[in-house]
Amino acid sequence: MNLNLTLLGQAISFAMFVYFCMKYVWPPIINGLRERQALIAGGLADAEKSSQKREEAEAEIATLLQDAKVQAADIVAKAQKRGNEIVETSKDAARTEGDRLKLSAQAEIDQEVIGAREGLRKQVGSLAVEGARRILGSEVDQSKHNAVIDDLVKQL
Amino acid sequence: MASSQAPTSTEYIQHHLQNLVFGYHPENGLGIAHSGAEAAQMGFWSINLDSMFFSLVLGAFFIWLFKKAADNFNTGVPGHLQGCVEVIVEFVDTNVRDTFHANNPVIAPMALTIFVWIFLMNLMDLVPVDFVPRLGEAIGIPYMKIVPSTDVNVTMGLSLSVFVLMIYYSIKVKGGMGFVKELTLMPFGSSNPVVQAIFIPVNLLLEGVSLISKPISLALRLFGNMYAGELIFILIALLPFWAQWALSVPWAIFHILVITLQAFIFMMLTIVYMAMAHEHH
Repeated sequence: MNLNLTLLGQAISFAMFVYFCMKYVWPPIINGLRERQALIAGGLADAEKSSQKREEAEAEIATLLQDAKVQAADIVAKAQKRGNEIVETSKDAARTEGDRLKLSAQAEIDQEVIGAREGLRKQVGSLAVEGARRILGSEVDQSKHNAVIDDLVKQL
Repeated sequence: MASSQAPTSTEYIQHHLQNLVFGYHPENGLGIAHSGAEAAQMGFWSINLDSMFFSLVLGAFFIWLFKKAADNFNTGVPGHLQGCVEVIVEFVDTNVRDTFHANNPVIAPMALTIFVWIFLMNLMDLVPVDFVPRLGEAIGIPYMKIVPSTDVNVTMGLSLSVFVLMIYYSIKVKGGMGFVKELTLMPFGSSNPVVQAIFIPVNLLLEGVSLISKPISLALRLFGNMYAGELIFILIALLPFWAQWALSVPWAIFHILVITLQAFIFMMLTIVYMAMAHEHH
């Protein structure tokens, strides 16, 4: 329990250890800790930022979606209108075409009727001549009576 | 206890409280003291080899361990050692920041050194009292106190170093006159020069006592706590071997608190004294 040189020895050791601690131990550890703090703070700030960005993006998406819906509705409406127009036009065209076909058919029918009537008239003429020849029993000279027959035919 | 017959209780206790002193004895010359009386006759110019050895080993262990953690410092996920070291460093750093507001790069590392070193020295108290001294006797070392902080030289060495730094920083920060003024013009002051002159010796006495008591109380608080703790362990060791655990275990568990607390108190007071030295009035 006597005070002796140990006192000085301890003081010297203490100074030595403090020096070593100050030089080699404290700075790297405390700097490392500060660095980690900065790292964590940075990470948190980044997370905050990205969450903010996500919110912004979500808002943008909502706007875009709204626009797209409006546009789509617009397009559908236009398409419907156009479709109606096309249908109307087609109807008109069909009607015109139908009329035209009807007219040409009518004309053809008329033609046929005229042709048929002509043929019938000729056949009736021949039949009449044949009949007359048979009734008269005589030779009816075709050439002699052609004029008469033609006249008859014309009267049919 | 190198003697052949079993020692008495008094001898046992005295033996355990005697340091291994190396010095110059007026009669026996340079060598190791073989009794407390011889050690006392050696006077100031001797050295406690056991205190020096264990404190140096523990201090070196502290530097080695913390340097290892510092060298492999990972700013990402820390390992076990690093986590441990980080907790201690952060703890010390927080205490220094809370108390010490000036800018001085020495204070925080010094506080860390004090805390860990004293803790390690105190921790030696938990090694059963006879283990290492018996080993020492086996190789011919007569005395061995393995708890450096139960040696008043060790605690005084630390507190006087702190005291020297205190005065150094006081004078550096406040100037020589500032330091003298602090000692003489406080706590009693007066605008009347005559009254002030009467106050000066009173102030000097008060402040002088408070200044000197700082290192003394710092050293003796740690020394007293550890010495008493060690003494109780020695007393418990006098019990029959089968009964010792009933007292030594509770005391050791309680002592875990004491050694940490004493290390913390020493560190905290050092920081406070340094903060006072850096304060401007």
